[in-house]
Amino acid sequence: MARAELMDYDQALELFEPVIGLEVHVELNTETKMFSPAPNPANSKFHGAEPNTLVTPVCLGLPGSLPVVNGDAVRSSISLGLALGCSIAPSSRFARKNYFYPDLAKNYQISQYDEPIAFEGSVEVELPNGRVFRVPIERAHMEEDAGKLTHVGGSTGRIQGAEYSLVDYNRAGVPLVEIVTKPIFGAEADAPELAKAYVSTIRDIAISLGISEARMERGNLRCDANVSLRPRGAEKLGTRTETKNVNSFRSIERAVRYEIQRQAAILAKGGTITQETRHWHEDTGTTSPGRPKSDADDYRYFPEPDLLPVEPSPELIEQLRAALPEPPAAHRRRLKAEWGFTDLEFQDVLNGGLLVEVAETVAAGASPAAARKWWTGELTRVANAKATDAASLATPQQVAELAALVEAGTLTDRLARQVLEGVAAGEGSPQQIVDARGLAVVSDDGALVAAIDEALASQPDVLAKIRDGKVQAAGAVIGAVMKAMQGKADAARVRELVLERAGNGG
Amino acid sequence: MSEINAEQVAHLANLARIALTEEEIEHLTAELGQIMQAVEKVSEVATPDVPPTSHPIPMHNVFRDDVVGDNVLTVDQALAGAPESDGSRFVVSAILGEEQ
Repeated sequence: MARAELMDYDQALELFEPVIGLEVHVELNTETKMFSPAPNPANSKFHGAEPNTLVTPVCLGLPGSLPVVNGDAVRSSISLGLALGCSIAPSSRFARKNYFYPDLAKNYQISQYDEPIAFEGSVEVELPNGRVFRVPIERAHMEEDAGKLTHVGGSTGRIQGAEYSLVDYNRAGVPLVEIVTKPIFGAEADAPELAKAYVSTIRDIAISLGISEARMERGNLRCDANVSLRPRGAEKLGTRTETKNVNSFRSIERAVRYEIQRQAAILAKGGTITQETRHWHEDTGTTSPGRPKSDADDYRYFPEPDLLPVEPSPELIEQLRAALPEPPAAHRRRLKAEWGFTDLEFQDVLNGGLLVEVAETVAAGASPAAARKWWTGELTRVANAKATDAASLATPQQVAELAALVEAGTLTDRLARQVLEGVAAGEGSPQQIVDARGLAVVSDDGALVAAIDEALASQPDVLAKIRDGKVQAAGAVIGAVMKAMQGKADAARVRELVLERAGNGG
Repeated sequence: MSEINAEQVAHLANLARIALTEEEIEHLTAELGQIMQAVEKVSEVATPDVPPTSHPIPMHNVFRDDVVGDNVLTVDQALAGAPESDGSRFVVSAILGEEQ
């Protein structure tokens, strides 16, 4: 496939105004699925189960099986709608979205169409440059997730040329809320950053409500990004593309930026944009065309005859509203003050989509400074190298444990970085890695003294200098000792002991 | 009055993955036309004060508790009716087109 031509980003922005629209799917973490009492793999308790072990006849669309709505999933959806500033529909209905594809066995997805449970809201999103943007929400509706297909055979492993596919219906029926924004105007050059910050904000909201695990790497949170360009001064919206498969914060930003540059190059040459679904490729940082919008998008929605309308009482809505956590913007302001971070430090945390991680690390006992340092420092560095999000590499508990080991003097910063790499590689908890790799600081003075005496004996000139009062000469000995200890010693303590052994201590 | 033509019937058949011959399309176009006329009659009496109904019984908010049921299948049960499986997953033929 030929590589698409891209226009320089700044030039693209000079010629065109980007308009974006975002669809975010949030998997709810209820115990059971949306319409069936099967265990829900989007709940950590059931995550990672063997294929087709979290299914009931409803999930498989077996004849005679009937869906029944999960009341908790409805309440979670209402809470999310309220947190997005939406109105809650006094009456809403489910609808069938008909299509043939084996990811759902019954040839339709139960969704909501013309009567979503929540509509017309907005959410405040803060950009890395401090700009606060109000993103208008069109609707949030309830639906069920589809099963997972694995394509086997074929030369590329991609779906084209696949010989057959394997289907796991564990995910079929997982409760989803799809949040759809209105077209977002005026973000201008910040559009890619805004897309990322918006999804990050949705994640913060979902987590603070406790309604989703919201882990992007597990697909609990998924984003489709619609991008269109219109020439400066034009009224009419341009043709949009919808980029799917955008599964990390960093790729959301990159995908939107890429589409702006790609579309601008086509439009500037007098070409036209094809309205189509495009797929994001994390490895190459590009999008490729999927299927064009066509007959296949004729979903023939109609009201789901097997389900009854959902009519939440005003009392229930008010009860859920009263239980809402503080809004994201207020929440951030409070945390920033509590943690005593500078603007820059706090932006670092937000940019990495790490607010929840840092908050939970602090809650697990780490100091705010340590929590920030490890998440935005070493873990972000490793994440960038692996082209993923830092949040997917470690848990707040692990980072808190690491911070405690540093605090206790068991690890130096240098050793702690090695331990974190182990954590990111899935080698276990920090303590397990310290034990397995033998990384702890040698705090046994006996071992240090032995190494010091050996180093002093082999460098008599240095010893003489130290005895002459040239304390800075001790550096050579400290270096040799640290080397002998493979870096696993506290340099300050070694220095103390060197001076002591050389006779100048105390 | 609503009408349906042969082209629309062919389109619907395609969406429903039903192979129809020209004769069948012609035949069904006439039959579906009659059904649509019958439905049309309902519209005549459905004045604006009659809300659209998707269910014959006026009920709402039928919910279930969020508790795992006792009808969760084992993988063997789940795959029992599958024409083909790999022991843990359903095998389906190659899908042309794109992932959903």
